[in-house]
Amino acid sequence: MTDDSAFSDAFFAASYAHVSPQPDPAGHYGEPVYGPSGKLGGRFMPEALMAALAELTEAYHKSKNDPAFQAELTHWLRTYANRPSLLTEAHRLSAQAGARILLKREDLNHTGSHKINNVLGQALLTRRMGKKRVIAETGAGQHGVASATAAALFDLECVVYMGEEDTRRQALNVARMRMLGAEVIPVSAGSRTLKDAINEAIRDWVTNVEHTNYLFGTAAGPHPFPSMVRDFARIIGVEARKQTLELTGALPDAVAACVGGGSNAIGAFHAFVPDESVRLYGFEAGGSGVETGLHAASITGGAVGVLHGARTYILQDEFGQTLPSHSISAGLDYPGVGPEHAYLHDIGRARYEPVTDAEAMEAFRLLCRTEGIIPAIESAHAVAGALRIAPRLRAELGREPVILVNLSGRGDKDMHTAAQYFGMEV
Amino acid sequence: MSKLAEVLAAAKAEDRAALIGYLPAGYPSVDGSIAALRAMIEGGVDIVEVGLPYSDPQMDGPVIQKAVQAALDAGITTLDVLRVVEGAAATGAPTLVMSYWNPIERFGTDRFAAALAAAGGAGTILPDLIPEEADDWIAAADAHGLDRVFLVAQTSTGERIALTTEVCRGFVYAASLMGVTGTRDAVSGSAKDLVARTREHTEVPVCVGLGVSNGVQAAEVAAFADGVIVGSAFVRRLIEAPDEASGLVAVRALAEELAEAVRKGRR
Repeated sequence: MTDDSAFSDAFFAASYAHVSPQPDPAGHYGEPVYGPSGKLGGRFMPEALMAALAELTEAYHKSKNDPAFQAELTHWLRTYANRPSLLTEAHRLSAQAGARILLKREDLNHTGSHKINNVLGQALLTRRMGKKRVIAETGAGQHGVASATAAALFDLECVVYMGEEDTRRQALNVARMRMLGAEVIPVSAGSRTLKDAINEAIRDWVTNVEHTNYLFGTAAGPHPFPSMVRDFARIIGVEARKQTLELTGALPDAVAACVGGGSNAIGAFHAFVPDESVRLYGFEAGGSGVETGLHAASITGGAVGVLHGARTYILQDEFGQTLPSHSISAGLDYPGVGPEHAYLHDIGRARYEPVTDAEAMEAFRLLCRTEGIIPAIESAHAVAGALRIAPRLRAELGREPVILVNLSGRGDKDMHTAAQYFGMEV
Repeated sequence: MSKLAEVLAAAKAEDRAALIGYLPAGYPSVDGSIAALRAMIEGGVDIVEVGLPYSDPQMDGPVIQKAVQAALDAGITTLDVLRVVEGAAATGAPTLVMSYWNPIERFGTDRFAAALAAAGGAGTILPDLIPEEADDWIAAADAHGLDRVFLVAQTSTGERIALTTEVCRGFVYAASLMGVTGTRDAVSGSAKDLVARTREHTEVPVCVGLGVSNGVQAAEVAAFADGVIVGSAFVRRLIEAPDEASGLVAVRALAEELAEAVRKGRR
């Protein structure tokens, strides 16, 4: 039933065939998802942006079912972004983990992470809508770099908002974006991280909406972003499902991915949602530990509320003020999560667990030393999670489990942080 | 007729626009904000909006962001905001709360509506709550006799203006320009067009906000709108004042200037 195309309404319908009411009927206004904790998703945004969101939704629904658009996107994914990405069997890591671990190598994509999948799709949509300027927010800088890249490729003006704190943590990516011709604007408001960069990007959008499209970097925000970004990212799971079947003759026992806003995870999960034997695990940034309050685990340590246009799990205090998130990984350092993850959590289809900074960094080092792969610290959370669930699955299944890990990005950008963490000289 | 509707009708009877002033609760302090709101009312503001400080004010420009952040840093909570509402409403001026949605949902939609009504509040303006998401709030506001103001923007289609004005009680907030709160050198000419388009769909008064900062602009807007909304210019008076007392003087003076302007607008 898994098709080869990047996305399709038919596949979506099949994925959630068992769910009632349907979470995202392809339509006009984004019908929110209903889970046991109530209404999720939606469109909590100023009226001034409604026209732009409606325009984007329409362009997305038209393009999604347009073979010419799909062919164009597929062309760029194959000849530019380096798709399909490889599936690597991690033999030495597997031996240590006690599980057969397969790595979906999104780190080998052009620009070094899964972000290029979404950005190419949204940039092509921008061109179709006749807009000439794109804005983006970025945390780790991966989405900013991908946006700057697509903007250069398609001749679009590009402005990237980045928290001041993050511009320091990810100085290399700032240089990359500027080299690619994008303007990087450090945001000094609020906590000076990703959430504040999003606020600033929304302020820009509401002011310049006539000629500007917002390339949202994760599967969160107001409709249509959660479903649109998922659709552009779901090629990860579509490919990995096929590759795993070819390699092992069966589906994996589990899929593991890190979850910040959740685009790589929803991209990896989505093709497997109907496969009931496949366990889906999202690993949130546990920071110093959820119990310390210094974390970015919105599902595990948060509560349902509204942030950046959607109702979902967020980190908030008793009065609904957003709490600052903490993670060693800038890309996961966000106090919210995409509403579809909230939904998968609520219906019990996916499990979400926190992985601490220390666990992630241990897995980071282990993957470097056993496989010769330096992962993004974000992706190291997924590796750590896989190491944690391996013995559990082994006990449950009574055999060696097969775990598909989405290696969402490469770690070059994190060398400074990692060197500092491990006390090495750079 | 609600108190808010009465005040707007009275202004209309005088053939003038009403003057609506915004200040965030808790800046420069909880009591300081009550004093500032009262100074505003003494200066001639007809209706006040009390801002509920929020950590992620997506629709606000740097001036309001700064005041709101200071209020949050000082530890203001929703309970303090309700105290400020009480302090302002005690003057008799209709007092609205301007808030992003999440703090209200988190407080408890019905609990908030009840508490706001008990504090003497007249209703709410919720800039990130569109009618499609507002069923719960509309029910709660109705249950507690609160007015509910929604926004229309230049990019709103006729269909959306119809949808929005349908659920507005008190007045319709017409955002005069595309952008965030803040003072502007000129008020956008298309505000007039938006007001006219809005009136095609509703009898509810249409008040214009965003970017109005002085008497000249207020008079210009008063010529075609039922109310003129001023926010950042008041907040700026407080931020720039060397001390609280002179801040109050500056706020009162601006209110006087604007009150005169809204009476001149149609002459």
